[in-house]
Amino acid sequence: MIKLFRYLEKFKWLIFFTLLFMFVQAISELYLPTLMSEIVNNGMMKGDTVFIWKYGGYMLLVAGASSISSIIGAFLSSRTAVGFGTLLRDKVFTKVEGFSLNEFDKIGTASLITRTTNDITQIQTVLVMMMRFMIYAPIMCIGGIIMAYSKDKHLTLVLAFVLPLFVVTIALLAAKVVPLFKALQKKLDKVNQILRENLIGIRVIRAFNRVETERKRFYEANKDLTDTAIKVNKILAMMQPIMILLMNLTNITIIWVAAKRIDANKLQIGDMMAFIQYAMQILFSIIMVSIMFVMVPRAQASAERINEVLEIEPEIKDPKEPKTPKISKGHIEFRNVTFRYPGAESPALENISFEAKPGEVTAIIGGTGSGKSTILNLIMRFYDVESGSILIDGVDIRDMSQKELRSKIGYVPQTVVLFSGTIKDNIRYGKEDATDEEIMRAAEIAQATEFILNMKDGFDSLVSQGGTNLSGGQKQRLSIARALVKKPQIYMFDDSFSALDFKTDAKLRSELKKETSNSTVLIVAQRVATIMDADKIIVLDEGKIVGMGKHEELLRTCEVYREIVSSQLSEEEIA
Amino acid sequence: MSKGQRPFGGPRGHMGPAMGRPVEKAKDFKGTVKRLVEYMRPQRYKFLAVFILAILSTVFNIVGPKILGKATTKIGEGILARYLRIIQIQIAIKRNMPRQVIENLKRQPVPSIDFEYIGKILIILISLYLISAILSFIMSYIMSTVAQETVFKMRSEVKDKLDRLPLKYFDSRTHGEILSRVTNDMDNIATTLQQSLTQLITSVVTIIGILGMMISISPVMTLIALFTLPSSGMLTAMIAKKSQKYFAEQQKIIGQLNGHVEEMFTGHKIVKAFGREEDSIKTFKEINERLYNVGWKAQFMSGFIMPALNFVNNVGYVLVCVVGGIFVAKRKIEIGDVQAFIQYMRQFTQPIIQTANIANIIQSTVASAERVFEVLDEVEEVKDKEDAVKIKNPKGEVKFEHVKFGYKDDELLMEDINIHVKPGQMVAIVGPTGAGKTTLVNLLMRFYDVKGGRITIDGVDIRDMRREDLRRMFGMVLQDTWLFNGTIRDNIAYGKEGATEEEIIKAAKAAHADHFIRTLPHGYDTVINEEASNISQGQKQLLTIARAFLADPPILILDEATSNVDTRTEALIQKAMANLMKGRTSFVIAHRLSTIKDADLILVMNRGTIIEQGTHKELLAKGGFYAELYNSQFSN
Repeated sequence: MIKLFRYLEKFKWLIFFTLLFMFVQAISELYLPTLMSEIVNNGMMKGDTVFIWKYGGYMLLVAGASSISSIIGAFLSSRTAVGFGTLLRDKVFTKVEGFSLNEFDKIGTASLITRTTNDITQIQTVLVMMMRFMIYAPIMCIGGIIMAYSKDKHLTLVLAFVLPLFVVTIALLAAKVVPLFKALQKKLDKVNQILRENLIGIRVIRAFNRVETERKRFYEANKDLTDTAIKVNKILAMMQPIMILLMNLTNITIIWVAAKRIDANKLQIGDMMAFIQYAMQILFSIIMVSIMFVMVPRAQASAERINEVLEIEPEIKDPKEPKTPKISKGHIEFRNVTFRYPGAESPALENISFEAKPGEVTAIIGGTGSGKSTILNLIMRFYDVESGSILIDGVDIRDMSQKELRSKIGYVPQTVVLFSGTIKDNIRYGKEDATDEEIMRAAEIAQATEFILNMKDGFDSLVSQGGTNLSGGQKQRLSIARALVKKPQIYMFDDSFSALDFKTDAKLRSELKKETSNSTVLIVAQRVATIMDADKIIVLDEGKIVGMGKHEELLRTCEVYREIVSSQLSEEEIA
Repeated sequence: MSKGQRPFGGPRGHMGPAMGRPVEKAKDFKGTVKRLVEYMRPQRYKFLAVFILAILSTVFNIVGPKILGKATTKIGEGILARYLRIIQIQIAIKRNMPRQVIENLKRQPVPSIDFEYIGKILIILISLYLISAILSFIMSYIMSTVAQETVFKMRSEVKDKLDRLPLKYFDSRTHGEILSRVTNDMDNIATTLQQSLTQLITSVVTIIGILGMMISISPVMTLIALFTLPSSGMLTAMIAKKSQKYFAEQQKIIGQLNGHVEEMFTGHKIVKAFGREEDSIKTFKEINERLYNVGWKAQFMSGFIMPALNFVNNVGYVLVCVVGGIFVAKRKIEIGDVQAFIQYMRQFTQPIIQTANIANIIQSTVASAERVFEVLDEVEEVKDKEDAVKIKNPKGEVKFEHVKFGYKDDELLMEDINIHVKPGQMVAIVGPTGAGKTTLVNLLMRFYDVKGGRITIDGVDIRDMRREDLRRMFGMVLQDTWLFNGTIRDNIAYGKEGATEEEIIKAAKAAHADHFIRTLPHGYDTVINEEASNISQGQKQLLTIARAFLADPPILILDEATSNVDTRTEALIQKAMANLMKGRTSFVIAHRLSTIKDADLILVMNRGTIIEQGTHKELLAKGGFYAELYNSQFSN
């Protein structure tokens, strides 16, 4: 948490004035009972109405000062806390946008989202609380004690007895309740989890006639949750009366002792009344501080998560003096590339060398986990190679700027990602300044025109977040169109035809062939039929190249390839 | 020292003042409240007890300050008496009274404070406060059980209800939507029952009680105190209205911001691939800036309410001090009364704010309750027939006779479908994605009922069987393999209740899963974690096959799809599936040509219905959709 506060630097004046006004507010609040005691001692007891009016006026002024400084304080602290949250959010988001996939894998997408949104909101909320109470409460507490002491030393002894009792009671109850709250949260999560599992697996549960078993499981979790909740609430039921009772008893004790002091002519009655109010102010400020103690640790966890993100240095950086290839054609070469995912024991790719030439189709096939997609990820420099090098048009990709590198590539990923916006926006994502004609042409080649025009608003139809209003095949075609509109030198298709039915698949590929005749095309596929006629097929098995060549050639020479083919095609198709 | 202030909010409390936040409203407020009350009827005696206890404990608490005031008054009287004596003596000296009179006055005992009286009062007070605390404790104690048990019952009922709802209900809603009704809404109801309801009672009693006490002290001062009320009420309303606007706006922008973050992070690869990081940051900064502009205002507005109220309060406080002071000076009221009055005033605003807040809380609770009741009111599945038929030794003959079906009432997908599958036959289902293969499963397992015609197994209409018996006849090996949190053993045993260890291992062996299970660190006791990420997709499929082996059903539904499975496991899965299908009627969602060619019957599906059926040769000869589909892939 404290680490994060280095970003408060920018707000130091705002914070200074916030604290200043909080201070003024606290002092004013502390001054009010003293003024009242003056009224009692010198006004009421002596019947001096003029004095009462005069001091009444003072009290109003002080109360006004307290309120005004409190409002100014609220104004400043809102700007500080929200500004801080805004700054932090900017920093985290910008940082994350610079991450390579490596860092994304490390933390996880869902977690990164929470860290950028909820966690920062949490910090912001706590900062507001801190600025409002962290300063105010201790001043009220200490100031209250000083004021009380100035009224009467002996009476303060009562506080010396009551305050520790109060603190200990709170601490004891908190020690009991806080862990229970944590348990409660866990049990609530458990109920949620069982429910979620039940919803996801509803078909399986019903198919296997497991409704009754699941019911029991839920019943137990529910019962467990209820029991804990009752336990917590019973302790809380004790807490409140105890607090109130302690306060009331404090009052009574003060009056008893004060009466003795008054009788001994050591104390005035107004001072006693002021003293009671100070005691209450002190007790309340202790409660406030204890609330802080509960709030801050919760924010602490958020702060740690945010810090972790901010401290990560992205591994992949642009070179200081980026090179640009002299001739730009899109020629790709792998030279002895070995790569392993962070923390993995065995490499995902080992000694990979091949060339993909402009005007040719290079296909990569192999089982899951054989490293097909990894090759594409390395070309895009989402990860850096462990050894060896990847060259594009003769330049090592680590010597180019990432922007330059990626501008050459039109990439169609395995899992389609679309953004909310219109169909047109989504295709245009490939090329910011694409004209309508270019967009329509890309859609045409991607076999998307028909379904787009069938939608209500054609190219202006809205795509919902994640593209949930489109079918898998439709999404895939849009994703292809997005890459096409870019007119890149290199096309990379990562299993991009899997959701298409055979007919569309065939048509799309024949259209694509015409469009990409001058480009380097890399296709990763599971279906043999998709890549049978490629200029070069690379067969991967467990990260190694086990075969390279044309379809017929591989059928003769490569065992793994034959295995894959025979599992998919029947005898006559192989021939 | 206000009642109902909770030192620890905790995760379940209504945190902080909910002031100024927009409130959700129920559609049918009255009806829902009525139902909710009906719901708590069995607990009515406890509620009555809580109600009485709340009133008593509050009353005891309210009398406190007035009695305490008496002690102060007594102290004041003591001092006054002393003043009077001194003044008497001074006057006597001034007037040159005879020495003897002065000596006499001086010799009389100095009047002191009546400690016996004060002591008595304080003891009464201590007992009052103690009783009040105990009563309040008993009240919350009872309430915690009542509230939680009511919600426990409700939650169980909703879960049971969900078990009786047709799949249609789940397919037409997101999981989040259903989940939030069972958890968030329930939680809301629990907290309200637990806290807000008693708070409402105590607040109302406190307001009335304090008002009474104040009037008994001084009607004029009460008028002054009441004068501050409308102003604080109006002030709160004014600020709340403004801040509600900002909060709503803030909520909207937060939604946009979260949406952007979620989209950009899940699409990170694409953003990078297309070099759009800077655009993304620009958009983010723009939204974030807007969030700042609204956010600090919302924050400020909600921080504004307290000081503003405080000021109005303080004005009242000062006025009461002044007026009370003058009254005391004129001997119209006692000094202890002023002290008591000040205490009452301090206690007065809190319950009023609380009641105003509770109005909001109750509204949102009723909205929650309404959503829960909505679930409870959903139309349930048609009940199993009383005289349900049970097939003793099912052979696995499946027939569709003139079946009509559609998910929507006015939109039929299937019209007059007839299929006849003989026992032990293999049926291949082919067609583009989204062609309606799930629909077939839905109908066979009776997740959905047909809209016309009938489906029979061994000649018995599936609607004449108990669902449980029907489903027991099916084994499912689908692509979305559903494994639950638990050991591998439990997951396999899911297929058959009371399965023995030998049976489980035998099933695992038959499914070619035994080997990989034994290579896992804990073998059959390996716990599959929530996302089942500790075993691969293919291994999961093997486990579901083992599960089906154990269940030993006469009819199978299989999905051949093996995406994300390495070639070796894929071969195992194929072998295991072939084993499993032996001697059983099977419906295979086919992805391999070899399967299709060997099938006894091919069902070609498109747009939710079966458009062609027959063997591979028949269908090719027909030259229809199937032929085209087949040729488009393999003609080149």
